[in-house]
Amino acid sequence: MTLTKSAHSRRQLFRKLKSDVMVGLTVLATALALVPLFLVLGYLVSKGATSVNWSFFTRMPAPVGQSGGGMANAIVGTFELVGLACALGVPIGVAAGIYLAENRGGALAQAIRFSADVMMGVPSIVVGIFCYATVVRPFGGFSTLAGAIALAVIMVPLVTRTAEEMILLVPHELREAALALGVPRWRTSLLIVARTAASGIATGVILAIARVAGETAPLLFTAFGNRFWSTSLLQPISSLTMQVYTYAISPFADWQRQAWAGALVLTAIVLALEIGVRWLTRGDAQVAR
Amino acid sequence: MADNKMSTRDLRAFFHKVEALHGVTLGFAGNRVTAIIGPSGCGKSTLVRCLNRMHEVVPGAACTGQVLLDGEDIYAPAIDPVQVRRRVGMVFQKPTPFPTMSIEDNVAAGLKLNGIAVSRAERDRMVEESLRRAALWDEVKDRLKRPGASLSGGQQQRLCVARALAVEPEVLLMDEPCSALDPISTARIEELLLELKENFTIIIVTHNMQQAARCSDFTAFLYAGDLIEFGETKQIFTTPARRETEDYITGRFG
Repeated sequence: MTLTKSAHSRRQLFRKLKSDVMVGLTVLATALALVPLFLVLGYLVSKGATSVNWSFFTRMPAPVGQSGGGMANAIVGTFELVGLACALGVPIGVAAGIYLAENRGGALAQAIRFSADVMMGVPSIVVGIFCYATVVRPFGGFSTLAGAIALAVIMVPLVTRTAEEMILLVPHELREAALALGVPRWRTSLLIVARTAASGIATGVILAIARVAGETAPLLFTAFGNRFWSTSLLQPISSLTMQVYTYAISPFADWQRQAWAGALVLTAIVLALEIGVRWLTRGDAQVAR
Repeated sequence: MADNKMSTRDLRAFFHKVEALHGVTLGFAGNRVTAIIGPSGCGKSTLVRCLNRMHEVVPGAACTGQVLLDGEDIYAPAIDPVQVRRRVGMVFQKPTPFPTMSIEDNVAAGLKLNGIAVSRAERDRMVEESLRRAALWDEVKDRLKRPGASLSGGQQQRLCVARALAVEPEVLLMDEPCSALDPISTARIEELLLELKENFTIIIVTHNMQQAARCSDFTAFLYAGDLIEFGETKQIFTTPARRETEDYITGRFG
């Protein structure tokens, strides 16, 4: 109370200075966090862009010693593996998510939720070994199907937990409104609650796709890789990640260049998916209101 | 009381082990508006939610006693709660249009969600009739394809009334339907009640005593889970028999 006017303004100046310093530090931290991202992208583009050309998408890998060739089979293989993994994993994940959201406190729900959380932390190579032991060995060899199952195992907990979270965001009143219309509970859950959460669930699915599209380890012992077209789900298949891995550790300069190109294309695919998610959820604030 | 559309006998409602209604016995006359008044937490909402078996939807909720609809106990083991809810519709406190649906789809939701297939013409007729009954048709007839959430709060609430009416219930429960609405929208809903009672039995929960006095035929006063007094609205508001009722309606407590 005895402070003079100038003491007041000095104190104010100090507070403002302190605020500016803190804001400055957070900006700096953000910039530092973004540096690796842009370095990776920039490096990828500078190394890979020159090797990304039409034949990279349309040609098969060239034999050792020959230049040229492409990764057509690996690109198709990535889409095939991820597509099949979605077909297997998304229905299971979404259904499990609905179950968790509908039976919040149940003992089984608790157990499923806990194991989903544990599963998310399991290193992906462990999933690969698991599928090698349970699918590849008993069923006679590496295959597209085994690779897709490994990817699906990784997807399921991700999709389950996002689906649950998104469904829980749906206002309780909507569920009651549907029930009060004489709609049975299962129809309410599917047609009102899950339907209202659909864009959020789709977001979770796309993020899970982006995650598994970049996986290498679980595919090494399951899909194995293939230098040719894979014509059956029971044959080994290539993927961009495995092809990049094989080429990157090879001693041939031409292969290494192609590895960069493959990494760039893979990153572009994942980035496109993430941007797609942003686009898909841009109207969500409106829905929530 | 032979002409009661619905009645309760010694209805007790529980949340886990806590008893929220202590044995309510009450009749609701057909084609009349019955208001349920009482201070917050007295069990008004719980009571109406027991009338269409919505109470049991809440985890840990249960009830005992009887609720009769046309003389039949809706809690009898053979009765499907889903069927009860089609005969006893409900409008909630907050307007709850389904956000993924257009105005007309909201109205037709009861049919669509139940997988009942009707012809396009039949559906359109039903949508129009329900919206007319809810006094909303003239305001929305040119934008039936717009999202239900694009309407104002008062219109959304009438949309919810239309949606409830479209399943052709016999009884309509309204749980504080005007508490989120402005006075003009409230007046519209109140007018609506008077029209609707021609065809439906209406039970309305309200905090607003003027509202109960204006638009109900009978009034039940609930306090702390007990039915204190029930009678014709005029009698309750002019010559209440119980001291608690008088204190409440004159604003001395609650």
